[in-house]
Amino acid sequence: MPIITHVRSWVDARFDWAKLTEPLRHKTVPIHKLSYWYFLGGITLFLFGIQVCTGLLLLLYYRPGANEAFESVQYIMTRVQFGWLIRSIHSWAANLMIFTAFMHMFSVLFLRAYRKPRELTWVSGMILLFLVLGFGFSGYLLPWNTLAFFATKVGTEITGQVPVIGHTMMVLMRGGEEVTGATLTRFFGVHVAVLPGLTAFLILIHLALVQKFGMSLPPGVEATAKVNPAVVKEMKFLPNFLLREVMAWYVALGVLGALAAWLPWELGTKADPFGAAPAGIRPEWYFMFMFQSLKLIPSKIWRVDGELLGIMAFGLAGAIWVLLPFFEGRREKRGGALIRGAGVFALCYIVAMTIYGYMAK
Amino acid sequence: MATWQNSGLWRFVLLALALCAWAPGSRGQTANTCVECHSALDPPLQVTEAQFAQDIHSQKGLTCASCHGGDPTKADMDAMSKAAGFRGKIERSQIPGLCGRCHSDAALMKQYNPGLRTDQFSQYQTSVHGKLLAKGDTKVAVCIDCHGVHDLRPASDLRSKVYPLNIAKTCSRCHADAAYMKSYGIPTDQFAKYSTSVHHEAMAARGDLSAPTCTTCHGNHGAAPPGVDSVKNVCSNCHVFQAQMYEKSPHKMVFQSAGLPGCVVCHSNHEITHPTDAKLGTGPEGVCMQCHTPGDDCDRARAGMLASLTQLDESIKSADHLLGVAESSGMEVSEARLQQDLARDSLTKARVTIHSFQPQLVNQDIQTGLKIAAKDLQAGKDALSERDYRRRGLGIAVLFIGITLVGLFLYIRQVESSPAKG
Repeated sequence: MPIITHVRSWVDARFDWAKLTEPLRHKTVPIHKLSYWYFLGGITLFLFGIQVCTGLLLLLYYRPGANEAFESVQYIMTRVQFGWLIRSIHSWAANLMIFTAFMHMFSVLFLRAYRKPRELTWVSGMILLFLVLGFGFSGYLLPWNTLAFFATKVGTEITGQVPVIGHTMMVLMRGGEEVTGATLTRFFGVHVAVLPGLTAFLILIHLALVQKFGMSLPPGVEATAKVNPAVVKEMKFLPNFLLREVMAWYVALGVLGALAAWLPWELGTKADPFGAAPAGIRPEWYFMFMFQSLKLIPSKIWRVDGELLGIMAFGLAGAIWVLLPFFEGRREKRGGALIRGAGVFALCYIVAMTIYGYMAK
Repeated sequence: MATWQNSGLWRFVLLALALCAWAPGSRGQTANTCVECHSALDPPLQVTEAQFAQDIHSQKGLTCASCHGGDPTKADMDAMSKAAGFRGKIERSQIPGLCGRCHSDAALMKQYNPGLRTDQFSQYQTSVHGKLLAKGDTKVAVCIDCHGVHDLRPASDLRSKVYPLNIAKTCSRCHADAAYMKSYGIPTDQFAKYSTSVHHEAMAARGDLSAPTCTTCHGNHGAAPPGVDSVKNVCSNCHVFQAQMYEKSPHKMVFQSAGLPGCVVCHSNHEITHPTDAKLGTGPEGVCMQCHTPGDDCDRARAGMLASLTQLDESIKSADHLLGVAESSGMEVSEARLQQDLARDSLTKARVTIHSFQPQLVNQDIQTGLKIAAKDLQAGKDALSERDYRRRGLGIAVLFIGITLVGLFLYIRQVESSPAKG
């Protein structure tokens, strides 16, 4: 008897493995011309897994603290066996994960997969997207290099502009009035403990909801299926879809390896809190559209501080985006068109502002 | 400069002042009546209120009467009467003494500027300018020629004629004027030469106010050309280590006995250009062969030192290049980059040690630099081989990923072609 079968029967006898995995065995994935968009969530999850693994390895050598952080990352990159690979993969996978998370969000939006009964799947996904951005923001500071230091300074300053609670939030984030070693240690804590905990919890909810409601059909395919259910084919999740998903993960792994080997993530120079900010300081690409928008807003709009108005507008837009499925209402057709229009506008705005941000001097 | 006293202007001044004193609106005023009238006159008698307000003396509460005497509160000719102590225009020969009356009084000057020296007048008397003035030559520079008059600003003021950036131009007003300087029989190309020098570049182009200008070497109030013996003292004020090395060199005794002014022999004085290793060469920039004979011991020592410097310079450049390639490939070589600065320091030190003209001393610095550069070169090579190793690793990983993908693809096909499983 092969050992796997032996182990399986041991588990089966105690936990009824067959019953536990039954929902997965019955799970199916529809096959249509837009099916490939279903892979994005899985790729994002795979990249999160990579982040957890590489993050744990980095933790073995990384030392939080203004006097040690930069040197420890330098040590990882130059002295630790394959440290360069782990650090580069961690940095590249972080960026790819944010990219695929955004793509996943827009694909769900345009395929209208957020519709009843999947509203909470969308809400949990949006919160996960914000958590992923939080990972990016908190992780960026950890190498304690010049760019990260000043980008965090600007980023936390923007938070300080929020009315009433802004200053308290900024002090809470920074661990004081300025970005110091105290900021680094609390960003570290948030990055390696708070955010992973929250994210793991929300991923479980998100996956449970996906499992509960199954894969959504785009409205066009759904209409065809109503008329003639035999037209829409399905494939089993196990093993057919999962094998394809694994293929996508392998491709992602190859891309990560290539990026790490050909374009290792730079370390830059150690942050000097008393030094001058380098010219043209800007945030990571995923915050660029907001940064550029705030730069373009006039200092005063009807006696109100322009930057404050911009921050409020982004806050409001974020809140609306989380609750987007609830705006579709009963008039599905009109509401859907409105949400699609908002999606197209948001996508164009983000792309255009990001490009503008990189091209503007 | 000193000619207007003979041109009848003096009488005109008196007349103009008298008219001003009787002019409508001037009666009964207790303000500075001198400026009121003089602001209406044509240059050089004109002194406007705005101009005088900029003057440091005016700002410190001094008036026209402080230098010229008289009573500025009176609105008629009494203001300029002998009884009121009016001295009129100050003779050029009297100017240093007049300024020195206050500026040599330490107790008085302490009230205004405790940090200001009070030896300007005594210094001036030792200067070439002061000595010639004492002999009756009123063409030489006196206080007002450099510092200005009536709109005199402190040396720290950007607009002051003696602000470091403006000093060379101020000196050149006389010293670059061939006609004016004709009777003194000294060259007038100092400013033109200085303008091409490395010192001027540091001062004017890089804005380094500590860079040498005329007064740094010649002194200001005690201005004099440095003699043959004192040239090395002048240069060593800044170039301390070069001077120390020169003290050890065989050139010192030879130059001294030949009456040659040390540093200037190789570097010139006003036209000091950026020194390069080519100065040790035999090309147009080379200086050694002006005195030495080709093939002699000194020529061989020169060639050896030049070769050492070139070798270290090229080693540093090679390591820099390789580290640059590694860096642009994303490799972390900051430690080697930092070490390169030490190699560069050794090269700089060797270039300073050249002034000892002792090849064994130069070679010590060269060897230190060569060892560091060789280590950095190796670090660059290691980084590049590590880069290649990573790329080979990537190639193998991609191959395995590709094989796995093909395997998965085939497995999916197999699973889906079997009706029992698919």
